[in-house]
Amino acid sequence: MKINKNVSISENGFVFNPTTGESFTVNPIGVEIINMIKMHSPEEEIKKFILEKYATDSSGFDKDFYDFIQMLKSYNLFDEENEENEN
Amino acid sequence: MKNTDKIKYERPIIKRLDAGIPNKFGLRTEYTPMTHIDNVSVKSLVAEFGSPLFVVSEKTIRNTYNQTKRAFTLRYPKVQFAWSYKTNYLDAVCHVFHQEGSWAEVVSGFEYDKAIANGVNGKNIIFNGPDKSESDIEKAINNDSLLHIDHLDELYMVIEMAEKTNKKPKVSIRVNMDTGIYPMWDRFGFNYETGQAWDALNKIMFSQKLELMGLHCHIGTFMLAPYAYSTAAYKLADLALAVEKKFNHNIKYIDLGGGFPSKNTLKGSFLPGNDSNPSIDEFAEAISSALINAGFHPEKLPLLILETGRALIDDAGYLISSVIANKRLSSGKRATIIDAGVNIMFTSFWYDHKVSPAQPFTHYTEDTVLYGPLCMNIDVIRENISLPLLNKGDNLVISMVGAYNMTQWMQFITLRPKIVMIDLNGKVHLIRDSETNATLTDLERVPEHLKKFDL
Repeated sequence: MKINKNVSISENGFVFNPTTGESFTVNPIGVEIINMIKMHSPEEEIKKFILEKYATDSSGFDKDFYDFIQMLKSYNLFDEENEENEN
Repeated sequence: MKNTDKIKYERPIIKRLDAGIPNKFGLRTEYTPMTHIDNVSVKSLVAEFGSPLFVVSEKTIRNTYNQTKRAFTLRYPKVQFAWSYKTNYLDAVCHVFHQEGSWAEVVSGFEYDKAIANGVNGKNIIFNGPDKSESDIEKAINNDSLLHIDHLDELYMVIEMAEKTNKKPKVSIRVNMDTGIYPMWDRFGFNYETGQAWDALNKIMFSQKLELMGLHCHIGTFMLAPYAYSTAAYKLADLALAVEKKFNHNIKYIDLGGGFPSKNTLKGSFLPGNDSNPSIDEFAEAISSALINAGFHPEKLPLLILETGRALIDDAGYLISSVIANKRLSSGKRATIIDAGVNIMFTSFWYDHKVSPAQPFTHYTEDTVLYGPLCMNIDVIRENISLPLLNKGDNLVISMVGAYNMTQWMQFITLRPKIVMIDLNGKVHLIRDSETNATLTDLERVPEHLKKFDL
């Protein structure tokens, strides 16, 4: 998972994708997750961090995390081309 | 870190900003959670009575009734309400209306017997509806109830029953008419414009076996045009004055039926019902002015009867529900499944009901479709609604569900839930228990040859 390097995200959750001109809002927990993805944190590390900080359980967060990643993909916020090259 | 020391969890979301583009989900209107109903916590109600759960507010019923009554009595000197049983015939609800002074308006033998069992005096029961059996009519005649005749077959049957019982039944006729609205309801009663109503009145008067008490109409449902009632009142008054002129007989009452809207929002409405539906004062003004100006002698003004149902009870009903699951549809749209379906929320087919979360939430929302629990594609409570981020187990309160849902609900796929009433002191009373499998299977019979099978 690699967020497109052109995508900018502000502290208060405003996301702008200059490639498409689209902008988004993200809630605080979503900002934390996007920032961790940007920092190349592996999925397990992100889940561990969230479970330690927030009152949720592993299975509960797992499906929400999966849904969130799907939404980031559907909005073309991942750098899939470079991701493929890396692989 | 203990779970209690952790930050409250909200699932991550990302929402595209579509500034300036009209949004079919509409603006978010709920900015505070509905944690309590009449100062009783929603969570405590769910803990004690389960979910889903219908909640009826006695305070709201009484307040709405008295506001509506005031709107009419301020403008017209003789007003009587008759509680429309079909709108909500839970005994506890009927008792509140009867305590406030409402008569009973029933449309079947079942409802008639319910009103009698509730302690309503027969002379205070208005018997409407196209289906009255011979025994229903006989019962109503013996109890001096007001029989509202729907068709000629019924008129002749009542005349026969009058001879049989040797009593003079108290009758009215139901009149349908063109009041300038679409669709015109002409399936109930006798038509005004074609002269059917006048013919029926003549038959009643010439028979000399019936006591003509009043004239009745019910011009439609969820009516948004007060002027239509004005037209109806003028036409009924015209018939009443014609009867007085020809037969020197005073019509005792004019019954304008019901059909006033609640504050619910009809599907497809541009504005919320709370802002756009006419107030009860507008209807009261239209009806009262028409009757006062119709030409009655001031000392012979007929009693105005109103059979208002929906407008008196809708606001007092709530349905508490719980989130079963969240999912993402192929279109990317959020779907939330709750444990209350259209089988108990019949009015979801007509209204965009107000839905409020029952726990605190942040300002982040998602465009959501709200599904019920039934394995049926039609089970949709709201097609498009902007809701905060809900987790499994969260509660929602659906407002303004007091009319029809608790009578038109169906036992289908799931069993029907409990209903509670919160009294004026905040005490919660169970007024209808939830169904069990036995509620249904006790009525069934399996033929002997079908009882055994090997799988």
